[in-house]
Amino acid sequence: MQTKNLETKRSGDRSTLLWGLAFGILFGFLLQKGGATKYDVIIGQLLLTDFTILKLMLSAVLTGMIGIYAMKSLGWVQLNPKSGSAGMNIIGGLIFGVGFAVLGYCPGTIAGAIGNGYLDATVGGLAGILIGAGLFAALYPRLSQGILKKGDFGDLTLPQLFKIKEWLVVVPVAVLIFLLLYWLEQAGL
Amino acid sequence: MMEFLTQVRWSPYAVGVGIGILSWFTFLISKRPIACSTTFARLSGMIEMLFRGDKVERKPYYQKFKLIVDWQMMLVLGVVIGSLLSALLSGDFRWQWVPSTWESAFGASPLLRAVIALLGGVIIGFGARWAGGCTSGHGISGTLQLAVSSWISAVCFFIGGILTAHLIFRLIG
Repeated sequence: MQTKNLETKRSGDRSTLLWGLAFGILFGFLLQKGGATKYDVIIGQLLLTDFTILKLMLSAVLTGMIGIYAMKSLGWVQLNPKSGSAGMNIIGGLIFGVGFAVLGYCPGTIAGAIGNGYLDATVGGLAGILIGAGLFAALYPRLSQGILKKGDFGDLTLPQLFKIKEWLVVVPVAVLIFLLLYWLEQAGL
Repeated sequence: MMEFLTQVRWSPYAVGVGIGILSWFTFLISKRPIACSTTFARLSGMIEMLFRGDKVERKPYYQKFKLIVDWQMMLVLGVVIGSLLSALLSGDFRWQWVPSTWESAFGASPLLRAVIALLGGVIIGFGARWAGGCTSGHGISGTLQLAVSSWISAVCFFIGGILTAHLIFRLIG
């Protein structure tokens, strides 16, 4: 709730918007250098023939997680986990996955694909995402009181779920990600 | 010295670590995680407003996500610019209708590819809002915060994606 208020207040602040633009330029630059703006790379991941996307995402999560939790321990940052429910995240996630494979881009990488010159993203995909998001907004009043509330668990994090200290989750997750990446390399994927 | 900027591809690990470090700074400076899909809902509402007027703003969903230009919308705009810059620097920019994986399975027709991309866009746009996030908001920023909602979503993104991609390319294509 508090973050929502902050967002409204900050929305008109020019320096906030400029930081957003600057972070976006860096993010887009990195996505393009990683090949994540390309249909062939994303579909290759979903067909399990090219593991670039998984390697990129897992190394981002590994690096980000350690830094964010370290800064949280120092009191520098606050977490901002999204609320969820089984109805939201399982069903929404699976619908998203179907679209992910049909489109071959996702909402972030399609912005990068547009910058890369890919016209299927610009003409077809972008229009589609806008229509899909608008459809959801139209159906939201009906969905919000029903299926989206099924199995609600709020903005829970894994350390809260297991009721243990944060670093007792961060360290094992970091080790697991590292081992998975190591195994991918050993397997020549 | 600046040769790395003109390389076409970097190691996915270098890029991933870069995005991870970038996320430290978005939390530290902007107090926000990297995320993209809410912007498409806002843009969709803004475009609808051009045709249907102010009543669009009163929809419950746009009360929750106000139709304003915010930090995240600037981030998404930045992604377009950053990708363009990277592609121009390396000579990887090109106008392309049909990606090669698609072409080898379904031919070189731009119309077919655009129609399927439109359909895929509708599904992913709808699903992203249903799940409350996308590959960046849930898949990277949410999982790195160890959010339960994001780990479930990210796993489901890939289950749905892997099954559907195999259906499209192994059965139909």
